[in-house]
Amino acid sequence: MTRRLLWIAAVAALALGPLVLPEFYLTLLNVIGISALVVLGLVLLTGIAGLTSFGQAAFVGTAAYISAYGTTELGLSPWLTLLVGVSATALLALALGAITLRLSGHYLPISTIAWGAAIFFLFARIPVLGGQTGMTGIPPITIAGYPLVTGRSYYYLIWTFVLIAMLAITSLLRSRTGRAIRALRGGALMAESFGIDVPRTRMAVFVYAAVLAALAGWLYVHFLRFINPTPFDVTAGIEYLFMVVVGGPASVWGAVVGAAVLTLLRNILQDMLPRLLGQSGNFDLIVYGVLIVLLLQRTRRGIVGSIVERYPVLMPPPIAVPAVATAPLPVRQKLPPGSLFLRVIDAEKWFGGLAAVNKVGFEVRAGEIVGLIGPNGAGKSTMFNLITGASTPTRGAIEVEGERVEGLSPRRIVRLGVARTFQHVRLLRDMSVIENVMIGAHLRGRKGMLAGSLRLDREEEARLTAEAARQLHRVGLGSELHRRAGSLSLGQQRLVEVARALCADPALLLLDEPAAGLRYGEKQDLARLLSELRDEGLAVLLVEHDMGFLMNLVDRVVVMEFGQKLVEGLPSAVQADPRVLEAYLGGVE
Amino acid sequence: MNGTIALLLTQDGVTSGAIYALIALAILIVFTVTRVILVPQGQFVTYGALTYGLMQSGVMPGTAWLLFISSALAGILDARVAITAGRSRDLLLIAAIRIVFPVLVLAVSLSIAPEKLGTAGQIALTLATVVPLGPLMYRLVFEPIADASVLMLLIVAVAVDVALSGIGLLLFGSEGARTDPLFDVTLSLGPAQLGAPTLTIVVTSLLLMLMLFLFFERTILGRALRATAIHRLGARLVGIPVRRAGQLSFLLASLLGAVSGVLVSSVMTVYYDSGFMIGLKGFVAAIVGGLVSYPIAVLGALIIGLIEAWSAFYASAFKEVIVFTALIPVLIVRSFLARETPEEEVDE
Repeated sequence: MTRRLLWIAAVAALALGPLVLPEFYLTLLNVIGISALVVLGLVLLTGIAGLTSFGQAAFVGTAAYISAYGTTELGLSPWLTLLVGVSATALLALALGAITLRLSGHYLPISTIAWGAAIFFLFARIPVLGGQTGMTGIPPITIAGYPLVTGRSYYYLIWTFVLIAMLAITSLLRSRTGRAIRALRGGALMAESFGIDVPRTRMAVFVYAAVLAALAGWLYVHFLRFINPTPFDVTAGIEYLFMVVVGGPASVWGAVVGAAVLTLLRNILQDMLPRLLGQSGNFDLIVYGVLIVLLLQRTRRGIVGSIVERYPVLMPPPIAVPAVATAPLPVRQKLPPGSLFLRVIDAEKWFGGLAAVNKVGFEVRAGEIVGLIGPNGAGKSTMFNLITGASTPTRGAIEVEGERVEGLSPRRIVRLGVARTFQHVRLLRDMSVIENVMIGAHLRGRKGMLAGSLRLDREEEARLTAEAARQLHRVGLGSELHRRAGSLSLGQQRLVEVARALCADPALLLLDEPAAGLRYGEKQDLARLLSELRDEGLAVLLVEHDMGFLMNLVDRVVVMEFGQKLVEGLPSAVQADPRVLEAYLGGVE
Repeated sequence: MNGTIALLLTQDGVTSGAIYALIALAILIVFTVTRVILVPQGQFVTYGALTYGLMQSGVMPGTAWLLFISSALAGILDARVAITAGRSRDLLLIAAIRIVFPVLVLAVSLSIAPEKLGTAGQIALTLATVVPLGPLMYRLVFEPIADASVLMLLIVAVAVDVALSGIGLLLFGSEGARTDPLFDVTLSLGPAQLGAPTLTIVVTSLLLMLMLFLFFERTILGRALRATAIHRLGARLVGIPVRRAGQLSFLLASLLGAVSGVLVSSVMTVYYDSGFMIGLKGFVAAIVGGLVSYPIAVLGALIIGLIEAWSAFYASAFKEVIVFTALIPVLIVRSFLARETPEEEVDE
């Protein structure tokens, strides 16, 4: 509610601003709005998806130069050059992204500095673009024959774009694709394990941010109506990133606040510092740099993040769980009980000379729970990784419903109905429980980036939300839907992982120590749930150290030790087996 | 194009390649030990070059003031730590390191006219002023956030670079500096003359690399640094003070940077804002080596230097574009080497 009021107040203030403010402040607000557009893209790219770019200024410049050249030299309409500029920038981003986005961690930001610098030097060196002096006489944008030549008239154009971008990104973050983008931060393996195409999602965000930067470049060049290379150098790219950091990396409001604070600060400093120091120059950079260092040493949430932390009423409202029954999502055709689902045939995984898994074979059938046990380091988690595609067996085969699947990526394997939990919980700590679980249902939705941005996905979202809520009720977390996932106890977080895996509508559920950290009662509830799932025809493969929990639940047990299969059999037989006793307790002297 | 020009270009390329190699090495050392991508490495170069250059032209730059102020700030931080830990006896030591030394440097800078120092004295004073800025940078900026993610450290490093470039303008002004060569010898090598600056730079770089090699291979301190680079927690567990390893790596970086600065000022005019580009080229070299391999980084630096020299001849306007575009094939190769699902990097 408070948030809605804030939105209304902000829009009203923006709409009325030009009526009272002098031209100077309007120009400043226009500059802020243009920067805010670039920064909004960066919020998505850096703040949400975790991909740091120092090169956005190059995208701004590309669209700006295309529009400048197109309108002056070729006499095209600015609206046409908008289209051309945005498309060309998107293509440039696609090309750069194809090269750099697969680079790990810090390579990406460094490469953005490098191509940002290269593109900037191109602007300055290509003769038809006017070199260092640039180009003048760029025509204004006309709307219905009315040219926007004053800051006042231009103001509405800029801020309409900013507001649309803010709304679009806010909606996007609450959509299926938005969750996929947010999942990028939780590590690629988790995202891929639920069918999210990580490289494609990264690329989509990268292009989205580049398009916003291009839009800003077009607005910029027809606002100033003159262009030179300086505003698009690497320093400018760095400044955009600083705006994100100062405003609050994870918030669309942070983009506007960051752009406003640093633009105003620069204005004040550029006015004040040269007089104070008795020299002229970019001394504002000193204050900028020191400010960022001090800020990051204290908080990483930025201005908006810190304010929201202090006043939780400003938090985004919890997502609405549909009260009336929505049409449930389609479910996978159930397998007849007892039919073979998973077959592991002599699987081996070598790390150098060490065999983490050595010639292990077993089967899991629909409607049974198989326990996979063994001392620490026996190779259980490696086995999970082989089955789910997180790693490829060195030798041997893995079959799902008779089809060979070894070597397939996790996102192909989850499509076959194999869903997992992780031994080390992989939840997005800052995201609500229900949204975390909705990631599990990623493959059961269709809607993409555009539908998410334009809120054309509401019906599907309602169904996904309802499904996630249903699974959370099943695991006993029905009252925790809107809690921050990171605030739950570790045991509860494991249950969230189970719910997320169930949301994928699996035929085989792989659970890696789901009962660790649960209290006795919770363990009993989990055991009851797993038996229920078995009765529904699900196949379950369970790694667990709590023998009391495991032995009363499973149909069969596979025991591993030092990468090899030691025994397989009924729980009672395995418990009595002297080899198992020796593996767990050491030899009987 | 004839043989002489080719030789000249190669000589130019090797000269700048040697400098980029030193920068790349510094970046590698700091990155492997602290995970900080040291964007401001180029600033040590410009600070070294301009401090020395201004002294040579008879002006005493204000670099010592920067040393004094940042050292005093570090002293305050250290004192606070010592007092809360109840080790007030350390205060004397802190004062000696943080106050006495910079005051000494400042006193020398303020009282002696640079001409009186002679070349050796000027270089010594330059190093005494600029080199301590490295460990101070670590103490003030990076130590408090030593456990932050690589990306956070990178953003902070960029912020430091931006601030230092502004401070550079304040200290040195916008005029560039170019210095006389240190030695006046010329070696004839077939048709080409090997100039003194080239010789000085290449020989000094090789000596520094040899020293680094011996330091890392033969000394316990060097091995401790390598251990920290391989596994921070493991190093801490066997008793290596990781914070001090961080300061030491920054000391090596600022030493390499300041020396490069003194050297490079004899072959190119250095301006207050040259550091970013010089540092970036060192980076490109370090990336060629995958940010882990020292020899490949040195090789990469030579290649960058040569590409730059040759493209300066054929397409001087596009020199920088070509150098940074050279990164793209390297990145493509690294992309193909990278697995389909990238390494797990989970932010906090």
